Amino acid sequence: MTEAATELLTTADGRPLKEALATAQSRAKRRAFLLVLPLLVFVLLTFLVPIGYMLKRSVEHDGFSRSSPTLTQWFKENPEFDHMNPPEQAYAALVTDLAEMQATKNTGMAGTRINYTVPGSISLFKKGAREAAAMQPPFKGAMLALDPAWGAPELWYAMESASSELTTDFYKVAADRKLTETGWERGDDKQRIYLYLFFKTFVVSAIITVICLLLAFPVAHLLAILPMAKSSLLMILVLLPFWTSLLVRTTAWIALLQEQGIVNDALVGLGILADDNRLTMMYNMTGTIVAMTHVLLPFMILPLYSVMKVIPPSYARAARSLGATSWTTFRRVYLPQTLPGIAAGSLLVFILAVGYYITPALVGGADGQLISNLISFHMTKSNWSMAAALAAMLLAAILALYWIYDQLIGVDRLKLG
Amino acid sequence: MKKLLILSTALTSFAFTANADVTVMSWGGAYGEAQTEAHVKPWAAATSNAAVMVDSDNPAPALKAMVEAGNVTVDVASVEYADAIRLCDEGVLEPIDAASLPAGNDGVVATEDFLAGAITECGVSTDIWSNVYGYDTTKFAADAAPKTAADFFDLAKFPGKRGLKKGAKAVLEFALLGDGVPPAEVYAVLSTPEGVDRAFAKLDSIKADVVWWEAGAQPPQLLADGEVVMSTAYNGRLFAAAINEGKPFQIVWDGQIYENEMYVVPKGAPNKDLAMDFIRYATSTDGLRAQAQHISYGPARKSSMATELLFKDGKTVMAPHLPTAPENLGNALLTSADFWVDKDAELNERFQAWLAQ
Repeated sequence: MTEAATELLTTADGRPLKEALATAQSRAKRRAFLLVLPLLVFVLLTFLVPIGYMLKRSVEHDGFSRSSPTLTQWFKENPEFDHMNPPEQAYAALVTDLAEMQATKNTGMAGTRINYTVPGSISLFKKGAREAAAMQPPFKGAMLALDPAWGAPELWYAMESASSELTTDFYKVAADRKLTETGWERGDDKQRIYLYLFFKTFVVSAIITVICLLLAFPVAHLLAILPMAKSSLLMILVLLPFWTSLLVRTTAWIALLQEQGIVNDALVGLGILADDNRLTMMYNMTGTIVAMTHVLLPFMILPLYSVMKVIPPSYARAARSLGATSWTTFRRVYLPQTLPGIAAGSLLVFILAVGYYITPALVGGADGQLISNLISFHMTKSNWSMAAALAAMLLAAILALYWIYDQLIGVDRLKLG
Repeated sequence: MKKLLILSTALTSFAFTANADVTVMSWGGAYGEAQTEAHVKPWAAATSNAAVMVDSDNPAPALKAMVEAGNVTVDVASVEYADAIRLCDEGVLEPIDAASLPAGNDGVVATEDFLAGAITECGVSTDIWSNVYGYDTTKFAADAAPKTAADFFDLAKFPGKRGLKKGAKAVLEFALLGDGVPPAEVYAVLSTPEGVDRAFAKLDSIKADVVWWEAGAQPPQLLADGEVVMSTAYNGRLFAAAINEGKPFQIVWDGQIYENEMYVVPKGAPNKDLAMDFIRYATSTDGLRAQAQHISYGPARKSSMATELLFKDGKTVMAPHLPTAPENLGNALLTSADFWVDKDAELNERFQAWLAQ
């Protein structure tokens, strides 16, 4: 008996069964991998590479360093120089580089790099480069006579920092810090905007997520319990706006909610509001939240629906027959089973809301701007490094939230459909 | 078989458009249409080359992306003046030889014929457009209608909401013009911290009554809906609404802030020589004149306005509707690209912070 058990099982052609099985399985695995390969390449090329490139842009800019070899060398040899009063050799190196920039037409790029941290530098560089070739020593006096701004300590801090390709300057600006006479400091209150907008973006996204959840829950429940014919009809009503252009939906909300819009007209017509006392529901935070909630609602309804659909109604009936009130049944039996849907929908809506920009741009008014509007601003003004730094901070914040979410609820409980 | 036929036809027609000799990228809408009708189609017909127009919501970032990726598919693009300078500085654009531009129809050399600033190292003006403000004529009596930039900020005399562009550029200048700063001094004032404070203080005086717009199509809509009684806008948009759709909009030219729109050629353009030929054609006296017949943006050549110019409807005389008309230039400001290339990011941060307050 024991002898028979230790004897190896073999296939018909005498190979050990275990080995044959492993070969067959690895062949199947390879085939499966080949099927997945296109998707893998696609994800790699369209997702990871661009994000990697973006992250690289946020810490790398060679606009100044590549055309200022002399000054870069000087900075390396004199790491401890006095920014308030740089010596003649520093100016001599600067003039050499400026003359070279003028000859190779790199002035604009170098000035642009410095301009990111010290506004006004582009024209300063252009002017300096035009005169540099004809300049005579002492260079310090000549440069300061040309424009006293060449003696500004913040300019020297900026050039020192920009002489290295790798930089954290863009993150510093994105954290509302400013270059001053003594180096990086907290910016003027009139100028601070990015951190505030990050904060506001997350608060607004959270509000929208909660409203979406409250609105979507009953709708998804109804979809799940109605007979097929009726629920299909309802489903089409949910999906119809989903198939309409985002711009059309946003504009439709403008037509509805603006001061001379349909809702206000109706309220005035019914005598509920006085004509000179119309509600301001558009071009402010209210407008942003209403329009974004509407746009994102299907992303909450669909995961909820897919979860609710498979919850057997017998559980709730059992709870009721065992004496639970309807509230207790909902709270203790039904709600916990919908959690994966709630989690998935909330995550989806929140992350989409954080990155929205067309809707806030059109209906946001003065206080409805979100961080993505500034990212778009920097993109169109061709300051890609700044846009990349802001986007990277947004990405980091979302990943952090995702981690917290994983700790609290668990990613394995997510059910996206 | 039939499917194969359809597929191959689709592929060849795609290949055909992709191989068009010259690709021009512009802003789409009425503007892109004007350039298509006035420049792209006639040039293709005159030189028997193929040319296509492609739309973009802003050609400048698209150009930069193409040049950086080393995959340039556009030969000519229409970009804002500041972008023509910025991208030129960054080495994204081909220099254009001003001496190669054709002389005006009256024989004046191009560099003399063009208005000051209309030719830069890498760009040639295709038209001059303007930031103006307009009002709804039904909201004000004819003898009590706003007439100056200062009136825009006068809530006591002209009550009602205002539409303003959500951005620092052209808004800060407009605030200073409305505060009585002469156009020649606006940028000098705005270069000082006190000047910036002064501009924001002026905006503060109407902040509670402002509806902020972002897209150029919004101001005519805001006026038409009665959301605002007056709004800043691009002059061509108000003109189109008034002439094409018969809206009761009146443009106030006092305090207009105008600038050139530029044709540029990206580095590595597939058909650089043809692109230059296209630009020479499009920015000739007749080329610029033709565009002004389709949209109310002014030609940057003096010779283009030598004889009376009619809109494409054949009856509207264009001159009074153009930013460049002498009677409209009384209290007008030419945008300083140098100023904005330097200060764009800084003042926009300040502007956004001010908005959020």
